[in-house]
Parts: sequence; structure tokens; C-alpha cells
Amino acid sequence: MGTRQIELEVMRYNPEKDEAPWFQQYSVPCEEDWAILDALIYVKDNLDSTLSYRWSCHMMVCGSCGMTVNGEPHLTCKTFIRDLPDKVRVEPLENFPIERDLVVVLDDVMQKLQLAKPYIIRKDDPPPEDEEYPQSRAALKKFKQYTMCINCMLCYSACPQYGLSNDFIGPAALSLAHRYNLDSRDQGKAQRLDILADHDGVWECSFVGACSEACPKNVDPAAAIQQMKVDGTMEWWKQKFGLTGDKP
Amino acid sequence: MTIARKALVWGLFAAGGTLTSFVFPSLIALFLLIASGNTPVGLEYGQIHAFAASWMGKASLFGVIFLALWHAAHRLRVAAHDLGLRVDGLVASVLYLVAALGSALAVYYLVLI
Amino acid sequence: MSRRPYVRPMSRTTWYMRNGRFKVYMLRELTSLLVGFYAFLVLFGLVALSAGSEAQWNDFLASQQGPEMIALHGFALLYFLFYQTFAWFNLAPKAMPVQLGEKKLPAHFIVIAHYVAWAVVSAFIFWLAGAI
Repeated sequence: MGTRQIELEVMRYNPEKDEAPWFQQYSVPCEEDWAILDALIYVKDNLDSTLSYRWSCHMMVCGSCGMTVNGEPHLTCKTFIRDLPDKVRVEPLENFPIERDLVVVLDDVMQKLQLAKPYIIRKDDPPPEDEEYPQSRAALKKFKQYTMCINCMLCYSACPQYGLSNDFIGPAALSLAHRYNLDSRDQGKAQRLDILADHDGVWECSFVGACSEACPKNVDPAAAIQQMKVDGTMEWWKQKFGLTGDKP
Repeated sequence: MTIARKALVWGLFAAGGTLTSFVFPSLIALFLLIASGNTPVGLEYGQIHAFAASWMGKASLFGVIFLALWHAAHRLRVAAHDLGLRVDGLVASVLYLVAALGSALAVYYLVLI
Repeated sequence: MSRRPYVRPMSRTTWYMRNGRFKVYMLRELTSLLVGFYAFLVLFGLVALSAGSEAQWNDFLASQQGPEMIALHGFALLYFLFYQTFAWFNLAPKAMPVQLGEKKLPAHFIVIAHYVAWAVVSAFIFWLAGAI
């Protein structure tokens, strides 16, 4: 296997020195089977040890190496050199404050994920000892796809509505909430709708659909959010006519 | 449990979007026929008047106008926000008012027929 | 070590020019102008019809004729088909997925069902209008 010279254009930002981010060029001899993450590791090991970026698993599981590659949000461990031109621009994820170089501040979305109450809520809490909540395979299938999220936050980076207003709860947190709402063992939908069907919840989404295209795990947050809108609308009418038995 | 009133607004928007997606291509095509001087017989005075005078006709014409106007108003409200017009309260009031006015006029003229 | 996170500005008025996907989204949203326009056009038709005279209705029909109206409606029809009708049908399975037992109904089944229903509805409207 031969190597290919890639001109890597990397956004740099040092909070102690720089007023604003700037681009630094690195010429990297890439093996043909490398991903962008490998090229960044090469830079750090051989060219410039001051470069900061996050990564851990290098196999699409940890969700920490998300960056903007040639303008699109990607996991850099699965964005391969062979699919890219000779000049590649690497920036931090969009829509997040930059901590340093390619590292972004994720505090806001960590709070958003908590708003989703991503755990099973039971009315008979605490559950009876030595008992299980059985679930059929058909019931599991209903929400399985939404369990695949690895919190890489590419969806927030892709979402213009989150970029325009950070108050929006956003794609990953909403699809996580949907995952628990659809779980046959869960009884907490009413509690979640309090937050998710309120002003900064699902209604702020205008179905651009960019989140689902960015998602490396095919979670399809846009679908989850539209389903929650339909659900929220039905619940609203049920409340109007006093048909709902769901009281938090 | 509180669900924002936006649920009602969105529900009507979705209903209007579905209805217009199904019905408006034919509606525009009919206007295209009229424009080219090939007005179909069903749109000649006697027939269209009889249709609009019937309860079914009145109900469907009102349904189309009301849902289409509501759909347009809500979607333009979101588009205004997307285009950087950050006065949501004013934009929403004006657009929904126009939609309500158009719907009220539809009722008025349908009753006259 | 001092933290000083840098927030990159995002244009509130031109953000959608950033990529093709966002531009298509804005074009899709602007179909609402056509929806509003045709709703009012139908309303104007009702105004003419409510006068109760055949001459008034024929005046309305005559006012809708001409090459510029052909161009307007022709453009509107194409724009509406691609950015509203087809876009709406293609996104429908996301909002309303169907699961039968352990299997999800493939999305294209739901999309095709929409197209079939649309053909039936359109045929009914044309029949009602005496165009077929």
C-alpha cells in the first residue's frame, strides 16, 4: 500500500494566546486505509505535539472524535482518506463553543440529555423485589433503533435550529426521550411531555432533517421528533376532552 | 401535565400540509386549464354554483381554505424566524390573524352562495 | 490554565446558504407562499360566485386567462409538486412509522401508499370538475 500526501487544514485555538481561531496547514503522508483521526494522530506524534483533539476507541463506539470535516459533521474515525480530496479541512463541531483546537464544550447538551429523563420511570416505584418487567421482541423493536445513540453530538452540530437557539432541547436528547416513551416497561411519558412538549421542546424543530443525515448510527432523531409532535398533539386533544388518565 | 398550545398550532399545520399535498396539485392544474382557455365543464357557472351551494361543497371548500391558510401562516412564521426576523410574537399575530380573517371571509361568502 | 471558550458566530439571516441541504430546506418551506396564494385565489373565486350572477363568474374566469397566468400556474405546479407534495409524501413514514408484529413496514411501502392515494384523490377532483 502506498501513501498519499494530504494537505490538512486544521482549525487551531489556544484560549491563552489566540483572540480567535485560525487555520494551520500540515502536510501528512497518509496510508491508504487511514481515517482522518489517524492523520490527526500522525500530526500530534510527528509534526506538532500541541494539537488538541478528543478520541478514545477508534471504532465508532465511544462517540468522542466528532469533528467538522470539509464542512460536514463526521466521526473522524470512520471518515476515510480514500473518500476525500487531497485537501481536507478539519474544524471542531459546529454550534458548540471551542474549548481548545478541535475540542468543544459539551456542558449544554449534557444538561439537555438529563432533561429527557433517560431512565425507566414506574408508577410502582420502587419496583417489587425479585420481579422483572418482561418485554416481547415486538415491543423491543419499537424503540431499538433509538438505543443506538452514542452521544457523539453530530446531530446537534448539524442542526441549524440548535445553532440559532441553544434553548432548543435538540435531536439526541429528544430521541432519547422518545426511546423511553416507546419502551413498554416505562410509565413516565406524562412527566417527559411536560418538558419535551413545552416551548423549547419538539416544536422548535422545523424538520430540516440534517440531524438524521449526520447520525453515524442511523438513529434518525428527526423521525423521533416528528413522532413526538404527533404524539404531543394527540395528548393535547385528549387533555382538552379530559380523556387522559396519565397524571404525573 | 402541560403541553404547550403549540401542539394545537402544529396539529392544524400538519393537517393542512397533508391536505394541500394531496389536493393542491389538482387545484393548480385546474387553474392551468382555466388559464389556457380550456375551462372544464364542472367549473362552468351552473355546476360550480350547485357544488358550492351544497353542504358537502361548502364544507370541503371551507376545509381547504381554512387548513391551507393555517398551514401557510404557521410555516411562514417559522420561515420568518429562519430568515432572521426575530419578532415572533408580532409575526405570529399578523400571520394567524390573516389566516383567521381569510377563513371568516370564506364562511361569509359560502353562506351567501 | 484559564478557560475562555470561543463561540463562532452563526449568521441569523444567511445561515441556510452554507450547504445544499439547507437551501433545499428553505425552498421547501417557501411553498407556504404558494399555499397561501392559492387559498386566497379560491377565496376570490367564492366572492365572484357569491354574487349569484353568471356574468360575474365568467368575468372571474376571464381574469384568470392569458399566457402570463399559464406561466404562473405552470411554474407553481412544478414547484409545488417537487417541494411540497413529493417532499411531504417522502417524509411521511418518518412521522408515522408502521410496525407489524416484530417487523417494521419498509418506509417505501408507506410512501407508495401515499402516491396511490394521491392518484385516487386527484382523479376524483378532476372527475368532480368534469375534466375527465
